Amino acid sequence: MLQIDNLKASIGDTEILRGVSLDVSAGEVHAIMGPNGSGKSTLAQVIAGHDDYRVTSGSVTFNGRNLLDLEPEERAREGIFLGFQYPVEIPGVNNAYLLKAAVNAKRKHQGLAEIDAFEFLKLAKEKMAVLSMDPKFLNRGVNEGFSGGEKKRNEILQMAMLEPTLAILDETDSGLDIDALRAVAEGVNALRSPDRAIVLVTHYQRLLDYVEPDHVHVLSEGKIARSGDKSLALELEEKGYDWVREAANG
Amino acid sequence: MATDPDNLESIVNRRYEHGFVTDIASDTFPPGLDENVVRAISARKNEPEFMLEWRLRAYRQWREMQEPTWAHVHYPPVDFEAISYFSAPKSDEDRPKSLDEVDPKLLETYDKLGIPLHERARLAGVAVDAVFDSVSVATTFKEKLSDAGVIFCPFSEAVENHPELVKKYLGSVVPQRDNFYAALNSAVFSDGSFVYIPKGVRCPMELSTYFRINAANTGQFERTLIIADEGSHVSYLEGCTAPMRDDNQLHAAVVELVALGNAEIKYSTVQNWYPGDENGKGGIYNFVTKRGDCRGANSKISWTQVETGSAITWKYPSCVLRGDNSVGEFYSVAVANNYQQADTGTKMIHIGRNTSSTIVSKGISAGHAQNAYRGLVRVMPQADGARNHTQCDSLLIGKECGAHTFPYMEVRNPSAKIEHEATTSKISANQLFYCRQRGISEEDAVNMIVNGFCKEVFKELPMEFAVEAQALLNVSLEGAVG
Repeated sequence: MLQIDNLKASIGDTEILRGVSLDVSAGEVHAIMGPNGSGKSTLAQVIAGHDDYRVTSGSVTFNGRNLLDLEPEERAREGIFLGFQYPVEIPGVNNAYLLKAAVNAKRKHQGLAEIDAFEFLKLAKEKMAVLSMDPKFLNRGVNEGFSGGEKKRNEILQMAMLEPTLAILDETDSGLDIDALRAVAEGVNALRSPDRAIVLVTHYQRLLDYVEPDHVHVLSEGKIARSGDKSLALELEEKGYDWVREAANG
Repeated sequence: MATDPDNLESIVNRRYEHGFVTDIASDTFPPGLDENVVRAISARKNEPEFMLEWRLRAYRQWREMQEPTWAHVHYPPVDFEAISYFSAPKSDEDRPKSLDEVDPKLLETYDKLGIPLHERARLAGVAVDAVFDSVSVATTFKEKLSDAGVIFCPFSEAVENHPELVKKYLGSVVPQRDNFYAALNSAVFSDGSFVYIPKGVRCPMELSTYFRINAANTGQFERTLIIADEGSHVSYLEGCTAPMRDDNQLHAAVVELVALGNAEIKYSTVQNWYPGDENGKGGIYNFVTKRGDCRGANSKISWTQVETGSAITWKYPSCVLRGDNSVGEFYSVAVANNYQQADTGTKMIHIGRNTSSTIVSKGISAGHAQNAYRGLVRVMPQADGARNHTQCDSLLIGKECGAHTFPYMEVRNPSAKIEHEATTSKISANQLFYCRQRGISEEDAVNMIVNGFCKEVFKELPMEFAVEAQALLNVSLEGAVG
């Protein structure tokens, strides 16, 4: 589904990704771990198409298409979803309005009829129940005055509504209390399916207790230093990131 | 005063003998302004003597006045001698009685501008007094209104049929010499709307006027007078659009509102004069004087405006809160894109006791535009218990535009409570990326954010007007990003 080959990317003059290669197939859950500054978030942003980052070499292919040729909104409509580490507040814009516009932008791209307000509300309320979210959230400004946990749940709600082919969740677990973490994990697990892939970008192993990954990769200094199965995450937890760094350098 | 064409002709000819040079039978007067032109306009409209005298007084005062230069706008000087001061559509003599009789080309133009006049009138039950250039060509729903005792007619008709009301109220809110443009308008105003709501009457429908400019090189000088008698209520909608053109056009309207005791006037505007092209060429100069007088106790005047057009906007819809417990409101969205310049705001003059005013101003600047809010809150010594809340927000799109705030407060009564809040924000790259990552195009994202920013004002607009305003905003900001 997603093939990343020797990807290098910079912000300004600073090279952050220094040759990342990664293959993600349908039905898989990948976890990308690594210390702060290792390039995890950059990788997520580059896949989503943030124009602060300049791709200097390498390729990213998504279902056979060159992803780097597409605008961010085209990537989204093709089925790529990024759950933001810091979801942005958009004061005055109704949460339901944004969500409905997003759902319909994708449906239009797929040649489907737009979903009407009634259908939309019904669907949104179902998904919110799974995430233990108060339906009142729909009528608030996008992330406006939301707590950290509320913002992250809102990301998962958007993901659930958009039903992406590839979901990348950037530090979705950070700053969550245990209840919020469980709710988020349930939302992610509900989305697991044979035709969908999920990439979890995380600093800690604790989310992986709830969402079991098929593959774990450790990013260090802009490269994937090590890949393995879920036991790698546990090993990391025990030995710390220095262990990977030393192993990579040694 | 003569009304039939033969009589008119004789008057015309007689005046010609006295050295009048302006051909008042023509559809458009030659450029230039002197007393003869003022007389010719008045004659052309069959006005009674008092009206001519009123115009001449205004003209003489205007000649002594200087064009104001304090606004935060820049433009080449207007050559008032290069403007033609009257123009009428071809079919002036036999005005259509219904929309069916209106020139289909005109209706087509309305359609192109997104104003399906007939549909709007029929579906929304709105009475429309459409102004095509300077003379009204279509008036509907008159009967229903007259059953309620409401007078809603072209200004020139009011001069003819209700001279006592015109005499009593014209210039009573905006005096002839109020300012340069108001004086000019008073001298040469072409037509406009007149509304009178009798005592205790709630106007059965929203009243609406669409203005547009058509003939080239013609100044537009609309005059609107709305009187809400004691205990009455009216909501008035004004919208304007103008087709593309290169010449700058001067538009200097005057709107006067009078609310007597316990009366309420709600005045909503969607203004979309041609703003000039993306390089700042052409566009309308919109120098408007709008003022409401809360003359009676417990009266209320509310201005809501969405300003997206004009190359230059100079406009301060104001409230004079004379009656005790009277209320003034001003809700405004002003959009300036490309090279547009807007200097707009309001004045709230507290005179009566326990008067209160609310100002919500949302300025949006994009491209190379300059957008200024200029507001005055004045509390007179006798205005015990006056309250004002002002909220003034600016939204910037891009790096080349500017937002400016000039709030003036003159408080001469210690019991006054005045609050002022102001914010300036930018549409951030992160907000746009967030929306785009959800599949929403950059343009749609900007529209969404802008509409969110303006929500407080839009909700003050009548429903169908709010939808139109939102659409207009989207069109106005097309290409503002990227």
